[in-house]
Amino acid sequence: MALQGDFLEHLQTLQLLGAEAAEVRLRQDLNGLQGLIIPGGESTTMARLMDEWDLREAVRDFVGCRGAVWGTCAGMIVLAKKLREDRPVPLGLVDINVARNAYGRQVDSFEADLRVGALGGQPFHAVFIRAPMILQVGEGVEVLARLDDGTPVAAQQGKVLVTAFHPELTGDTRFHEYFLHLAERGD
Amino acid sequence: MEKGTWSVKVGLAQMLKGGVIMDVVTPEHAKIAEEAGACAVMALERVPADIRAAGGVARMADPERIKAIMEAVTIPVMAKCRIGHFVEAMVLESLGVDYIDESEVLTPADETNHLWKHDFKVPFVCGCRDLPEALRRISEGAAMIRTKGEAGTGNVVEAVRHMRTVNAQVRKAQNMPDEELVPESKQMGCPLELLQEVKRLGRLPVVNFAAGGIATPADAAMMMWLGCDGVFVGSGIFKSSDPARRGKAIVQAVTHYKNPAIIAEVSRGLGEPMAGIDVRTLKPEQLLAVRGW
Repeated sequence: MALQGDFLEHLQTLQLLGAEAAEVRLRQDLNGLQGLIIPGGESTTMARLMDEWDLREAVRDFVGCRGAVWGTCAGMIVLAKKLREDRPVPLGLVDINVARNAYGRQVDSFEADLRVGALGGQPFHAVFIRAPMILQVGEGVEVLARLDDGTPVAAQQGKVLVTAFHPELTGDTRFHEYFLHLAERGD
Repeated sequence: MEKGTWSVKVGLAQMLKGGVIMDVVTPEHAKIAEEAGACAVMALERVPADIRAAGGVARMADPERIKAIMEAVTIPVMAKCRIGHFVEAMVLESLGVDYIDESEVLTPADETNHLWKHDFKVPFVCGCRDLPEALRRISEGAAMIRTKGEAGTGNVVEAVRHMRTVNAQVRKAQNMPDEELVPESKQMGCPLELLQEVKRLGRLPVVNFAAGGIATPADAAMMMWLGCDGVFVGSGIFKSSDPARRGKAIVQAVTHYKNPAIIAEVSRGLGEPMAGIDVRTLKPEQLLAVRGW
């Protein structure tokens, strides 16, 4: 989704992995796609731009038709079921409660190594920028990674993937490969 | 767990891409900007057009004002310090602003040295008129660049000039054999290593926004076509007759900059833009873009 944020970093990573990738700004841009990444950026900005051109329903329909969706940081906020804040109104496509900027302001942005079982043994170096925090996960949501203190930072429900951090910034392509498999899966 | 790293500094700028950063002077302005879809706001004592009108020495905004703006919105809040004024920068960092603009729009505090920005945990954005100026700022630790334009004029001509100048110099570096980059960096007055990186990347090594004189959705979209990653709009929004609508329209125009039909649609009936200034009528001492060394 190329409304605002670091969509180019995602696009380039997907192309590096040999996937066909396209920029989505209007609902018709979703036609023919198997997966959609909602990138990092400002969730209030993205939500406003989604509402302006009816993308909200289009993304819900896309997931309803078994398309895979992955939200990184702001994208996770947009996909969540419930936010601590009044705005933006999230899509409610993954059963998690999220608080925006809950790790602090920019001076508290951080990097950390994560163990992600689904990606194999090597730790995943993660960059958190004014990151949202997953406060609660519902039944049927699998937590894929946690911080040392146990806070979940990556989760999946069916074909919806969310990460509080930015795999598109680090050059480690394993999360993108994981998402491509998810999008290709025919179920 | 590491904080204040180069990755998180540059990373926040990457999150702002494709967005509009709006100058605001009150919490009410900030809320209007957030509602319009701004990806960040710049907290100021006065917008550049008013700084221009007021004359005298322009300084960092009152911390109380900055705090009030930070409390009013959830999007990132930036604030400006004077060129070389390291204590203003320390104060802004202690307030917890998300980005500091070491800005030529304020009156410089040091006419030789810019800040050594690597010493801070908070990231910095700095202005440039050309590639070597951008690379000098990056070598001092700027994690984001903006082309300067001429702030407070509502006239996009200088923003275009600066963006095209950077683009031309990037293209030139790309086409140079490696050995020629050495005398080129010497002549330009910028670090060789960064010029080599520009050659390799075919662009600036950090996010680059356009600034200074953007007043309409079409201005913003043109700057996106010229290759910037997003835009700062200063006086252009809150000096117009309908800031909420104009702000929203500029946000739309940046996202859909390749789609003239959408730009036409959002530009309809926006009311009066800010009154502009022909830059050629400004006296040399009234030019802000020449501040910076």
